[in-house]
Amino acid sequence: MCLAIPARITELKENNMAEVSIMGTTRDISIDLTPQAGLGDYVLVHAGFSIEVVGEAYAKETLALIDEMSELVDDFEASSQAAVR
Amino acid sequence: MEEELARFKDPVLARRMLDAIAAFSPGEAVLMEVCGTHTVSIARSGIRDLMPAGVRLASGPGCPVCVTSNSDIDTVIALARVPEVIIATFGDMTRVPGSTSSLLKEQADGRDIRIVYSPLDALRIAQDNPGREVVFVGVGFETTTPLVAIAVKRALEEGLENFSVFAAHKNMPGAIEAIIADPKLKVSALILPGHVSTIIGAEPYRFLAEKYGIPGVITGFEPVDMLQGIAMIMRQLHEGRAAIEIAYARGVMPEGNPVAKAAIDEVFDTCTATWRGLGPIEGSGYRLRERYAGFDAVSKLRPQVEQTREPKGCRCGDILRGIMRPDECPLFRRVCTPENPVGPCMVSSEGSCAAYFRYY
Repeated sequence: MCLAIPARITELKENNMAEVSIMGTTRDISIDLTPQAGLGDYVLVHAGFSIEVVGEAYAKETLALIDEMSELVDDFEASSQAAVR
Repeated sequence: MEEELARFKDPVLARRMLDAIAAFSPGEAVLMEVCGTHTVSIARSGIRDLMPAGVRLASGPGCPVCVTSNSDIDTVIALARVPEVIIATFGDMTRVPGSTSSLLKEQADGRDIRIVYSPLDALRIAQDNPGREVVFVGVGFETTTPLVAIAVKRALEEGLENFSVFAAHKNMPGAIEAIIADPKLKVSALILPGHVSTIIGAEPYRFLAEKYGIPGVITGFEPVDMLQGIAMIMRQLHEGRAAIEIAYARGVMPEGNPVAKAAIDEVFDTCTATWRGLGPIEGSGYRLRERYAGFDAVSKLRPQVEQTREPKGCRCGDILRGIMRPDECPLFRRVCTPENPVGPCMVSSEGSCAAYFRYY
């Protein structure tokens, strides 16, 4: 029910509507909830509405968090091995 | 961007997150997910079976269809029986059995029930059918609530008089607190919903960490996202910390979506809502504010609602609270199947029972 999928805005229309491309298909959605969304932006679409603008930078931020977590594990494992020795 | 998104399914990244989960595992822990889309994602990707020994994943009340009370479903059915009414609803709702009927049965009996993808589709149906009343069935958490708020605002602006909503919206923090406060259930940490949090941000969950000492991590939906969220929880448990963290930075700002929050607040006021399995919870539901009261389907149409009867033997209530696993219910797979569901957890594609039926 709360699933939202990323889509790219391909055309801005009147009345706060926009055409988006979702995995190859196009449909009209409302951008009432993300007035800052512009042409070419990726937005999270839920039930015909854009609920957030998701930029490439934000996607990279999530990936950076994942890298950080994996570095922590390396440090943790190195230190616990040192403790065993 | 597509390249970045593809990485969230990357097995190498997933492996690294699994290593993190194993390294930081506290040995014994119950992690509860409270989002139906997470329930399905965990089931489909087989993540439950990859957890270290002693770590159990439990499903909470995250499917909005599943938590809708029988009396609310009976009310929707009664609305469908009002002459000249068109019911517009998300698909899952049509199959949920009420006390004696369902919207699908009502449709077979000739009532006008239409499945829509968006509340805006319901507005269009109202514009196209000026002589009929169109009732949109508003279920869902904070992800869906602002959409319905915008639809109501648009209806007011356009002077659309034949549109109304049956609001059964609920808010997530209220349900989480009701579960945490239940002494029967021991939850170590929460996997918090991604898209509800896109709207409300991280702040409304702070009570979890501060009042109850329970960590929570807002998590995305791809396999790597799920594993990362679980890894961040493990790290908090390992370090003996409790905080609300965001693992889904690409979809959730700490402050949420202020425009959407303002839309909810303008159109809706909070009220006591009755949850299936949890009973009435103060402040956990939404009702239309006075300015928009003309769009309230129940006061507009005054439907004759039948006496509510609970389905015999259905344990959806215990399943929603994480007290019982779906396969522990005596009806599961024997009497209750997706083709012939007894309770809503088997009806909804996001229900715990349906996920168990399909993937375990």
